[in-house]
Amino acid sequence: MRLEALAAPSLFTLTVLIIGILVVAVLLSFTAVLQPSPRSLRTKRSSVLVDLRVVRLCGGASTLLILLTLVGLEVGEYPIPRFQAISTAFWDRAGEYSFVVNSLRFPRVVAAVLAGFCLASSGALFQTLLNNPLVSPDVIGINTGAALCAVFVLAVGADVSLLPWAAFVGAVVTAGIIYLLAWKRGITGNRLVLVGIGINALLASGITYLMVKFPIEQVLAAARWQAGSLFGASWTDVWTLSVVLLCLTPLALVLVRRLRLLQLGDDMASSLGLRVERERTAIILVASGYAAVAVAVIGPLGFVALLVPHIVRLVAGPLTGGTLVLTGLVGALFLLGCDLIAQQLFAPTTLPVGVITAALGGPYFLFILVRYNRAP
Amino acid sequence: MPREITPQTTDLETSDLVLGYGSKPVIAGLNFVVPAGKITAIIGANGSGKSTLLRGLSRVLKPTNGSVFLNGRDIHEQSTKAVARQVGLLPQGPTAPSGLTVMDLVRRGRYPHQRIFDQWSREDEAAVQKALTLTRLSDSAGDLVDHLSGGQRQRAWIAMALSQDARLMLLDEPTTYLDIAHQVEILELLRKLNIEEARTVVMVVHDINQGSRYADHVVAMLNGDVAIQGTPDEVVTPSMMEKVFGLKAVVIADPATGTPLCVPDIPGNG
Repeated sequence: MRLEALAAPSLFTLTVLIIGILVVAVLLSFTAVLQPSPRSLRTKRSSVLVDLRVVRLCGGASTLLILLTLVGLEVGEYPIPRFQAISTAFWDRAGEYSFVVNSLRFPRVVAAVLAGFCLASSGALFQTLLNNPLVSPDVIGINTGAALCAVFVLAVGADVSLLPWAAFVGAVVTAGIIYLLAWKRGITGNRLVLVGIGINALLASGITYLMVKFPIEQVLAAARWQAGSLFGASWTDVWTLSVVLLCLTPLALVLVRRLRLLQLGDDMASSLGLRVERERTAIILVASGYAAVAVAVIGPLGFVALLVPHIVRLVAGPLTGGTLVLTGLVGALFLLGCDLIAQQLFAPTTLPVGVITAALGGPYFLFILVRYNRAP
Repeated sequence: MPREITPQTTDLETSDLVLGYGSKPVIAGLNFVVPAGKITAIIGANGSGKSTLLRGLSRVLKPTNGSVFLNGRDIHEQSTKAVARQVGLLPQGPTAPSGLTVMDLVRRGRYPHQRIFDQWSREDEAAVQKALTLTRLSDSAGDLVDHLSGGQRQRAWIAMALSQDARLMLLDEPTTYLDIAHQVEILELLRKLNIEEARTVVMVVHDINQGSRYADHVVAMLNGDVAIQGTPDEVVTPSMMEKVFGLKAVVIADPATGTPLCVPDIPGNG
């Protein structure tokens, strides 16, 4: 591909880029590069088992992510000479296009990366915990719960800095309610999905009620935010996302090892030395936290948390610390890619990114549903 | 009456153990000592509390009253990982998440030996290799658990329990749902582990004849209590069958091993 094409991108170039990435990924998966290759790394006091395949995949995903970030800086409504955007973002920060690049595009791109990472991680934890590919925070109502509390905060005109906290409370309370309603001497994935879908509908009607009840000028911000959009993402949003991500990811990496035991059943996990209920609660809290922060910043975005962990599991196998990171990176790639498509598809009109994730995710959801129901 | 605890002589025992899921206890006041170094078979009718007892012995189910002692100390007062290094449980019909390889499954059994920054020591690796060798799964290590035959799958789970490296293994119906050849294969494996590895095995079995063939000690349970226990010759008798299962049965010597073999009598006979 010629560089001119990248610098003046069109829908065509983007499509070619994305199809190219997919083709390369599929080709790679047939080669030895992607065969599992465990390696033990040991020092005197510490040791860890690393799958080189996952390391390679993470490396590949990170490289693509950096490339796509640069594309994201170059692409936009406002015309900027080729490569000026990148130089403005990284070394010439006071340059001519500083406002467009450093206040609009750069935070938006970084927010997409971080929020994608959060949503995909949340989905991976939920899906693995309940052994069900349909359980993701957007399907079972966690996102909507977070959104309900956030819309309330926006509608009553409270301080916007409360938004992440409100979203977190909403996410955790929703998770708790679903858990209690679905619990019947243990949790089965299907039961939980059904309860979750019901709760999701209830909460959505709650949001509609708030929208109707409060004056239009107060709920306007909430309405736009609710479609799931990265429009207007700021450096404050980036900070919120970064802080939460840096707090939750080490926790998640510790919990993944226990989650892997919970996957084998409660009795098995317990006899391997786990306090089952305590660990499960911790995992639900972390997974809800990931979903909540993403929802607080970009709105209740659907399908990222559903689709990405599923694809990564197909390629890289069951959840480990390494594949959790990989899931996050692919989530970041996916959301950033979708946001770029949303901006370019009907340029100069830009769509909320939620429209694109839903357009891609909806069919995939049906695909999983059919496949999952066929499995014994 | 509470017994004196003598830590060196027994590994695992219960004292006035009460176990249950709601208000109604399944096991009410059981005193039981697991015979160390032996294979014990627990038999009994459905709902007699066999599985519940195993769950209680392995710390999975917390007693509503009474205690389980491991080396003289209450298992609920010890660190959960320390208990897991000594007592392992294979529940009935365990299910693996899809996409899991045998190797990945067996590795997970090492959890109680690992720490946050010491996740894969040489001992972990050696234990996993040994577990795979003992269960003859070394060549299938990369296969998906979903794609294994029933017998292989059960061996994979036993390999996981083996890598846990617990001296005492509790198994809930390890041969159920397997055809007879695979049943024998699993039971021979357990005997081998008992003899060569000096592991104590406690298993719940439905087939009384398998129990009497492979166990040193048979425990017959009735309504949450031990009705009778002892060697297979002492336990597997027509009177036990009548009392525990409510079934008239004929007991003869197993033509292959000489152990008691029991077959149901024809109703109305004698």
